[in-house]
Amino acid sequence: MHFSGLRVIREALTGHKGWKPLWRNPEPQPAYDYIIVGGGGHGLATAYYLAKAFGRARIAVLEKSWLGSGNVGRNTTIIRSNYLLPGNEPFYEFSMKLWEGLEQEFNFNAMVSQRGILNLCHTDAQRDAYRRRGNAMLLAGADAELLDREGVRAMAPFLNFDNARFPIKGGLLQRRAGTARHDGVAWGYARGADMQGVDLIQNCEVTGLRIKAGRVCGVETTRGPIAAGKVGVAVAGASSRVMAMAGMRLPIESHVLQAFVTEGLKPTIPGVITFGAGHFYVSQSDKGGLVFGGDIDGYNSYAQRGNLPVIEDVTEGGMALMPMIGRARLLRVWGGAIDMSMDGSPIIDRTPVEGLYLNAGWCYGGFKATPASGYAFAHLLATGRPHETAAAYRLDRFARGHVIDEKGVGAQPNLH
Amino acid sequence: MTRLAGGLIDRARNLNFTFDGRTYAGHPGDTLASALMANGVRLVGRSFKYHRPRGVFSAGSEEPNALVELRSGARKEPNTRATMAELYDGLEAASQNHVGPLGFDLLAVNDLFSPFFAAGFYYKTFMWPRAFWEKLYEPAIRRAAGLGSLSMQPDPDTYDKRFLHCDLLVIGGGAAGLSAALTAARAGARVILADEDFCLGGRLLAESHLLDDAPATEWVARVQAELAALPNVRILPRTTVFGAFDHGVYGAVERVADHLPQPGAQVRQTLWRITARGAVLAAGAIERHIPFQNNDRPGIMLAGAMRAYANRWAASPARRVAIFTNNDDGHRTALDLAAKGVEIAAVIDPREGVRTQGDYPVIAGLVENAKGRLGLTAIKVAARGGSQWIDCDALGVSGGWNPNVHLSSHHRGRPVWDAALQAFLPAKDGPPGLVCAGAVAGQGGTAAALRSGADAAVVALADLGITAHAPDLPRAEDAAQNLHPLWHVPGKGRAWVDFQNDVTVKDITLAHQENMRPVEHLKRWTTLGMATDQGKTANVTALAVMSELTGKPIPETGTTIFRPPYSGVSLSVLGGGDTGPHFRPRRLTPTHEWARAQGAVFVEAGPWMRAQYFPRPGETTWRETVDREVLATRKGVGICDVTTLGKVDVQGPDAGEFLDRIYANAMKSLRVGMVRYGLMLREDGTAWDDGTCARLGDAHYVVTTTTANAGPVYRHMEFCRQCLWPELDVQLISTTDAWAQIAVAGPNARRLLERIVDGFDLSNGAFPFMACAELTVCGGLRARLFRISFSGELAYEIAVPARYGQALAERLMEQGADLGATPYGTEALGVMRIEKGHAAGNELNGQTTAQMLGLGRMVSTRKDAIGAVMSRREGLAAERRVLVGLQPVDAADPVVAGAHLFAEGAPQDTSSDQGWISSACFSPHVGSAIGLGFLMDGAARMGEVVVGANPLQGQTVRLRVVPAHFIDPEGERLRD
Amino acid sequence: MLIPHPLLGLRDAQEFTYLGDAALLNRPDGMAEGAEAAFAEYVYLRDNPAGLHRELWFHEQGDRSWLVVTRDTTTHQILGAELARDVKLKGGAA
Repeated sequence: MHFSGLRVIREALTGHKGWKPLWRNPEPQPAYDYIIVGGGGHGLATAYYLAKAFGRARIAVLEKSWLGSGNVGRNTTIIRSNYLLPGNEPFYEFSMKLWEGLEQEFNFNAMVSQRGILNLCHTDAQRDAYRRRGNAMLLAGADAELLDREGVRAMAPFLNFDNARFPIKGGLLQRRAGTARHDGVAWGYARGADMQGVDLIQNCEVTGLRIKAGRVCGVETTRGPIAAGKVGVAVAGASSRVMAMAGMRLPIESHVLQAFVTEGLKPTIPGVITFGAGHFYVSQSDKGGLVFGGDIDGYNSYAQRGNLPVIEDVTEGGMALMPMIGRARLLRVWGGAIDMSMDGSPIIDRTPVEGLYLNAGWCYGGFKATPASGYAFAHLLATGRPHETAAAYRLDRFARGHVIDEKGVGAQPNLH
Repeated sequence: MTRLAGGLIDRARNLNFTFDGRTYAGHPGDTLASALMANGVRLVGRSFKYHRPRGVFSAGSEEPNALVELRSGARKEPNTRATMAELYDGLEAASQNHVGPLGFDLLAVNDLFSPFFAAGFYYKTFMWPRAFWEKLYEPAIRRAAGLGSLSMQPDPDTYDKRFLHCDLLVIGGGAAGLSAALTAARAGARVILADEDFCLGGRLLAESHLLDDAPATEWVARVQAELAALPNVRILPRTTVFGAFDHGVYGAVERVADHLPQPGAQVRQTLWRITARGAVLAAGAIERHIPFQNNDRPGIMLAGAMRAYANRWAASPARRVAIFTNNDDGHRTALDLAAKGVEIAAVIDPREGVRTQGDYPVIAGLVENAKGRLGLTAIKVAARGGSQWIDCDALGVSGGWNPNVHLSSHHRGRPVWDAALQAFLPAKDGPPGLVCAGAVAGQGGTAAALRSGADAAVVALADLGITAHAPDLPRAEDAAQNLHPLWHVPGKGRAWVDFQNDVTVKDITLAHQENMRPVEHLKRWTTLGMATDQGKTANVTALAVMSELTGKPIPETGTTIFRPPYSGVSLSVLGGGDTGPHFRPRRLTPTHEWARAQGAVFVEAGPWMRAQYFPRPGETTWRETVDREVLATRKGVGICDVTTLGKVDVQGPDAGEFLDRIYANAMKSLRVGMVRYGLMLREDGTAWDDGTCARLGDAHYVVTTTTANAGPVYRHMEFCRQCLWPELDVQLISTTDAWAQIAVAGPNARRLLERIVDGFDLSNGAFPFMACAELTVCGGLRARLFRISFSGELAYEIAVPARYGQALAERLMEQGADLGATPYGTEALGVMRIEKGHAAGNELNGQTTAQMLGLGRMVSTRKDAIGAVMSRREGLAAERRVLVGLQPVDAADPVVAGAHLFAEGAPQDTSSDQGWISSACFSPHVGSAIGLGFLMDGAARMGEVVVGANPLQGQTVRLRVVPAHFIDPEGERLRD
Repeated sequence: MLIPHPLLGLRDAQEFTYLGDAALLNRPDGMAEGAEAAFAEYVYLRDNPAGLHRELWFHEQGDRSWLVVTRDTTTHQILGAELARDVKLKGGAA
């Protein structure tokens, strides 16, 4: 079924009787060519591109809970391609280009909104680093602008310019960045994949990987064994648990990242703004809630909930940066388990087990990567070769010394 | 006016307030909602999506409809529940989320087009043309969405964060909570009793039945008085416990001054972090409604709330009301209102064989529609004999009660369906130490709640080894509800489930039809439960409707869990005053006041404030000042506070061995009385921090670190000492704050120092470059002297106990007046270190290696040190970019840090990128801008011209590659 | 969270700085044969268990002890804490 304004009008006039399920609820088949473990954003996007862009068939996505219940269902919805390092920037810019045509591509309004991201700087050294990064972005074909203090003031006059512990000196602006409706992205890919014949199987937890002679041949699930030619794992937050079934240890720790939303407010904040002197980033959803976040709690956790000190710390950052939000109320806090990798960058690679592929380690930043991650992982699964923009995301880069450490803090996940 | 007799309001005093500009009067004890009701105001707000007219729906924090903008100016507080706003004299409130007057909201046009706005419609449209989303569709949606608006001004009030510890935290001060608190208090436990309301009593205040043959308020008052008199009890009214965190930590907000016109000298709110050894959750229950067509008309409300308004606030939404109930509780409302003189048009009750319990008519049937756009005028009742319209101006609805289990699922435990009660009860795996009592635990009758509270306290305290006994509890009612499940009234029209977000039974049906059936999909597709009330009156009903559609029982359809906060918490109080200039502590150097007296401009350096430069009269730009400071230092002598550099004292017989393992280069071999430059790597082999290591004695070293890494390096050294090599006999202490350290640099440095040392030989032979010593200065002041140089000049750093820092700076200036002593700041420091080619934070950015810094040979291969092994990995060894100096070919050209480097003629893109400029400045010594940068194969490219590209600012500059020493490349000055 | 410091009793976790898996106590010998592979594993690979986790916390705002805390990563329940120094002297983290 094709979605359009005309269709909405027609259905409205005929009592909405014609709307079909967004996807089927298929029973698992005994065997597939490709099994994607994880029905979050990356898993669904992988299945979508595997079918649509690479023409593969007999694909299943196995999700232990409901579709989109991964971190795609709980994040601060920011999309951007403002990275420094050559291992990252082309990949995220590829992702940004996919975002720009995504809704027309999968015929679903994911509310991709290019309202811009403004990263503020508060010291000269920070500005130098932003200049280097902005130039790297331009050199990779992305967009970037360096704003001085007055340029920032013109964009966001409500920021704390006059009474701040760390004065705003300027900012790095990427106008093409912005936000997207996180659930819409998951559902758009899910519906698109389903339309391509992909079996999306919910409430189907993978409990084992069947490996024979160093080659994967299927999975054990709560709904029985399923044979597979290739298995792609995209379960950020739980990557170590799943890959342990293949006897692998990963350069990853699971941490909890909290995110926050306020009660709905009339338009307050134009785009995405990040604080440079404390960890705080914020945007406003179309419904009016201020959506914000900050540091991870900082200890290993699978509990999907965080603690009060970080709630206070993040809010302090917000209040320090934009004191006019004080009378808004925090409506909800949620915590997600995320894969914090050892260099802050992801992994999209084959594994020592033949036919078993891994997509993991997305740290804070998996949402913006969803289209490119899905595309690159599908490319790897379909062709056996890494996509050109994801070639640096190798599993062996740690042992070989090719880490992609944007923050320069080394092998300590809670600092990335 | 619909004010009734009785109630817990102080009629002796009038409080005037305004709503939408009109003035009304209420009394102490009123909430804004009860006062509006007593004044006959039924229309108070508009819904989120369809802008439907709405009235007060509840009497508590679950309120979905009656949201107002409270106060004005910078104190404006959007989305405030009128049911929670305690009335004060002069209160100002305004309705929100409408265009035009509240009674004639232009956006109510949305309601006419509601068929087009069905669940999830926006995912299916607005996709064409692409550019229209940001330009047209989204701005329109955003303007229409949102609820209240912010003032956009900083909050003028103050806030506090405080900490409390207790044995038992009792959450909720109703029957169960009071009885729990009393039980624990009498056992001598340290008790905190918190309630979100401004008076204790909970539902006891809303009911008319007696405790021990007296009004319940008498018992409440007695218990409150006893508790208040006990030293081991703290009562926190107006306090919402909003979150249950790990290990017995609860977050709570006390609204200290929200009931006053202005906080005055008090804080407005306090954020309490309560560490409780045990807790009793006695938060009561929230009534649920029964969706039917147009069930959102102003005047339709929860029956229990209607009763609360009548009994506690002496207010009724109308003179003639009807009740729609599927349980006996609804009849109580009829009885109580009738007793207060309100006319009961009918009680509509679908249960078989239902009868009146008093003097009011009962109709066995269903309410299936309602009339009255801006206020209810009639309901349509379907009964066995057919349908009829019954006139009434208000309708109380009771569909049973949902236990208020929220906090019990903050650790992600799932509430459990109880078929007998037709309700979700608290999860078994709730927060450790939290015991549920009263209506939360399904013990909703008054007698049961009282008992259950006492029992819960006994159980919770037993876990702590405290023996408690249930007190004598008053006799109370314990009527059964006799509920017959009725989740909604079937029909064609729109029947609201979630009022604020306009989610109807039809939307849930559509979600089912489109396979958005898992409860999380249902919520997200329809926005159910996402409004400011977090679905407190909607979620369970929605689940039941979905369960009906799927044909699966409710527990199989799903459960919802709750996340903090229980109800909205202002960002101001979470920030707690650590905002503005107080966002982070401010560390001042020992010479701060001296620098200020010298006219210094200060700059933030991490937590520190450092003197950036010292402008003098007549200087018009900072550059002019910095150039002068640099030249004065290079020509005479400059003085700069470098206290912020980290200092770690390392002592013990194994100190040398320890440092050998910490530093990439050797330290054990350092002679006593000498200093060595030291490079620390991270264990992953990347360059981390540099500084000096001075050996003051056989078993005594002093390590310095960069300012930024003072804390992390010390932490790391303690890690190495305690976790890796505890067998080494070595002790560490951070002395960063203990010693004031001042750099004295320039050709006159020795002459200046000679004037303050106490008979210490500073000659080159006796105290050469890289020497160190403990000595006294200024006539007996103990000091440490290091002959080290960051500027490239003959230079020393002298350390004295911190409290003498200022005096030392003054003395140096005084003694050096004829030598040209000049204070310099971090800017001049930066210029001189770039001229000398020293790495700083921009080069040691955590992404560079010793090899890139030109220090590769420092990493000893003859010993094991942190990071040494990993620094030899292929990827690091293959890194070809190295530190070079860069000078513009045209001296007038700028050099800008952050520019990227390219070979001349090469395309400017990522694949041709050969490096970057890390630091740049104007060098008064060279007479042009200069830079340091990392360039591919840089060491072999001296003299070559490369391109510095800064497309971000439209700059392309030709740069000559030069050695990274713009001054005194042979190092003669510092050895002089 | 509250951490049961073996010397100081229950302390708020905010006083501490977290590092990670206590396996970091078991640093390989940098001069040994095959050190690079051993270090790659030591520096980068983690068990990252869902369940009991022995982990390092530094009492930075306190007595500057490094502790080995045993904590369940699925519930955050803490089962105990020891001085890391003692753990190391007893042979390191198992």
